[in-house]
Amino acid sequence: MSILVDEAVNQSLVSSVKYTSKDFSSDQDVRWCPGCGDYSVLAQVQRILPELNYPKEKIVFISGIGCSSRFPYYMDTYGFHGIHGRATAIASGLKIARPDLMVWVATGDGDGLSIGGNHMIHVLRRNIDLNILLFNNQIYGLTKGQYSPTSESGKITKSSPVGSVDMPFNPASLALGSGGTFVARSLDRDPKHMQTIIKRAAEHKGTSFVEIYQNCNVFNDGAFFQFTEKETKSDSVVFLEHGKPLVFGKDGDKGIKLDGFSPTVVSLKDGSHSTNDLLIHNEKDSTLAFILANMTYNEEMPRPVGIFLAVDRPRYEDEMEKQIDSAISKRGKGQLDKLLNGGDTWVIQ
Amino acid sequence: MEKETRVLDEVTIRFAGDSGDGMQLTGGQFTNTSAAMGNDLSTLPDYPAEIRAPIGTTYGVSGFQIHFGATEINTPGDHCDILVAMNAASLKVNLRSLQENGIIIVNTDGFGDKNLKLAGYSQSPLADGSLTKYQLFQVDITKLTNLALADMNLPQKTIDKTKNFFALGMMYWMFNRTLDNTNQWIIDKFGKKPEMVEANSRVMKAGWNYAETTDVFAVKYDVKPAPLTPGKYRNINGNQAAALGLVAAAHQANLDLFLGTYPITPASDILHELATFKNFRVKTFQCEDEIAGITSAIGASFGGALAATTTSGPGLALKTEAMGLAVMVELPLVIINVQRGGPSTGLPTKTEQADLLQAIYGRNGESPIPVIAASTPSDCFTMAFEASRIALKYMTPVILLTDGYLGNGSEPWLLPQEKDLPSIAPKFRTNPENYLPYLRDDVTLSREWAIPGTIGLEHRIGGLEKQDKTGNINYEPENHDLMVKLRAAKVERIANDIPLAKVDGPESGDLLVVGWGGTYGTIKTAVERKLKEGKSVAHLHLKYINPLPKNVGEILSKYKYVLVPEINLGQLIKILREKFLIPAIGLNKVQGLPFRSIEIEEKIDSVLGGKL
Ligand code: SF4
Repeated sequence: MSILVDEAVNQSLVSSVKYTSKDFSSDQDVRWCPGCGDYSVLAQVQRILPELNYPKEKIVFISGIGCSSRFPYYMDTYGFHGIHGRATAIASGLKIARPDLMVWVATGDGDGLSIGGNHMIHVLRRNIDLNILLFNNQIYGLTKGQYSPTSESGKITKSSPVGSVDMPFNPASLALGSGGTFVARSLDRDPKHMQTIIKRAAEHKGTSFVEIYQNCNVFNDGAFFQFTEKETKSDSVVFLEHGKPLVFGKDGDKGIKLDGFSPTVVSLKDGSHSTNDLLIHNEKDSTLAFILANMTYNEEMPRPVGIFLAVDRPRYEDEMEKQIDSAISKRGKGQLDKLLNGGDTWVIQ
Repeated sequence: MEKETRVLDEVTIRFAGDSGDGMQLTGGQFTNTSAAMGNDLSTLPDYPAEIRAPIGTTYGVSGFQIHFGATEINTPGDHCDILVAMNAASLKVNLRSLQENGIIIVNTDGFGDKNLKLAGYSQSPLADGSLTKYQLFQVDITKLTNLALADMNLPQKTIDKTKNFFALGMMYWMFNRTLDNTNQWIIDKFGKKPEMVEANSRVMKAGWNYAETTDVFAVKYDVKPAPLTPGKYRNINGNQAAALGLVAAAHQANLDLFLGTYPITPASDILHELATFKNFRVKTFQCEDEIAGITSAIGASFGGALAATTTSGPGLALKTEAMGLAVMVELPLVIINVQRGGPSTGLPTKTEQADLLQAIYGRNGESPIPVIAASTPSDCFTMAFEASRIALKYMTPVILLTDGYLGNGSEPWLLPQEKDLPSIAPKFRTNPENYLPYLRDDVTLSREWAIPGTIGLEHRIGGLEKQDKTGNINYEPENHDLMVKLRAAKVERIANDIPLAKVDGPESGDLLVVGWGGTYGTIKTAVERKLKEGKSVAHLHLKYINPLPKNVGEILSKYKYVLVPEINLGQLIKILREKFLIPAIGLNKVQGLPFRSIEIEEKIDSVLGGKL
């Protein structure tokens, strides 16, 4: 880093202070609608940060525009509320300039996948070490209820009175297709699960993409209730756990096995299959990750939730630092006079 | 036979050929040699828009113009005196820029039936008498090059690649130039391939010998060294200079330079240049689009880098919203717009000055941004440095306008020394006591720069309206009114921190010609000629446009007429009329080309003659 930055900032990457979740809440009133799923994400993030033992002043939250993008104001860390869709680009610049910071992005399905879709796919392929929390509520909340790029086809909203004719994105597949190295999904109404995923995302070295199903109780209430409420959850969700067979259903009575490349649901109760027949999740296997992510809008299949993929690949900012180090070791630290006097010069007497 | 030598004060040569003929290299070599021999000079390449246009076509023609002299040279030349045309298409495209009675040197091999057809000639211009008002020299450069290398057993492709050196050799002979510089360059460039060193040197010498020994050329010319300020020089184009200016500013400020950008003609060379300065810890981030270019730079600036983004017109349009964000969060940012012909995609490789109003006013809301403009290629260094200084001191985005003509044009640059550069001393806030993100300095009105990583200064900023001092979100009417006015006042205060405007010529009189940006050299040349004729005319060139230097109004009031030549439909003139309520007269041309001095001279004459 530059001389001036070095002088100003804390050099340590380990906190000397023991934080509690309170240390991370700012003095600003939280202004989301009562009952909004965003509260849960905020609470889980504030709960996990102390466990990371990272100096608070080196943590930055960056957002774009939308309900979820208010997030940075509620965190007592450095924060940047950007413009619509650009959170990932702002965060990329910050992280490249300052690899010592832990940079989070709070974005939504509109901010991150519609107006900011381009930046999203590019940050994923570059594998810049950002932790991206994508609050997916399948609706535009802040602009009061138009369909979003993740709204289901046929969705009736103010801007689609007879149903939208758009095909929705599957965020997990998009992230995988963009070369994401950490792709996960979690649920606003499953705090424990979300905490685990957030922690893993923070620890991952590279871009972490976490899609969080988030209930907008004002404009799209219950969009995910099938996956989050007790009555239906166990039959509708399969939790992905590394090294474990894909079991779901009440009392674990169902499982998923691979038929060629197609996952199918089998019964573990009727004696036809045992857990030995089931697909074992491997979060290092990118082909499998695609197969699992593709189950998302398949009516026959439970909704996959958890970590689809977690693999290592060099980080953009590290590679850039390496090029800088190698240039300095080869050519010496840049000297301005030498630079100005470079090229073909001549002297006029 | 002893050949005649004539002494010339200044000459303009245009080298033209097919894209593959190496004309840029030839022009570049002629430039370096002339510079080393002490001439003042100015150059302008003219690239084809197509990357690999079909060989022999008019749209594949590549040109390079050099204007050099024993006197001060301010422009690449209105017209050329000598045109070197390697094929029919290059003659066709460039003939219009040749002076009457000028010299044409053609490679006759480039005028075969096929070439003539591709160039759109129904009969050969070399034979149909259409060139009689010029001095035409016909040389079969291709054949002579082949002869020179006959014993070397080189592939024909390699031989063809050396024929530009034959043309260069002839020009070196004609202008009494040494071959040493280029021979040295050839050794440096092809050192690992001895046969290439031999071939290129030999062909250049063959060109020289041909001109010396045959009867084709009877006259050679001598252009004496110019009375330049003593010192060390290098030749530099505007894009290189802008890149160096940014590196120098970051270095002086003890900051790392971050460039977030997206390739766009004619600004990409700044990126290319900066990408080579990794040992200065320069980070160049080639983004997915223009918006990411600027927003990543804003992110880097938040982190404490000297951040910049570079672009050209359409790209500046895309950055608009983010510029407003930079205004709102009050972070330093340098935005360089190398202007090109617009609107829309427009004329990517041609020059224009039509983004001035966009730069000053083109955003939603009251969104004041300082705007400055470079006036010559090497001035891009000074102004990029200056843009950085202002951005850091006033915690604001700054737009630097250059243009394609400055970016690609080059001139000798008296090298500045590190110790002569103005000081830039940004400070980060580190004291957590009583910190409020939007507390302002009394003099500059700028807020403090507090970067992530600093203990106890955790704070949030963003694009929503801020409460005065605290920076918290605030929608109160009085607060918004106050903040809008504070942001405007901050930019206005920069007027206290920039040099007063200076007039070239008499301090009062009949006519003041006011320009900005790349028209500097042309206006200067025109005004100087008119001054020599005894006309009452002066030149004011504005490098700071928003805010204007404090004395501009006073200067304008001292002349009967104010003439504002611009390569747009009248943009600076609108500002001058609005601010100073003067009936300024415009001279406007929008052809994607620089003005010619003669056009400005004619307008000066007509204004002074009472024809407004
Ligand atoms: S509109 Fe919906 S997403 Fe936005 S705060 Fe209210 S409940 Fe939450």
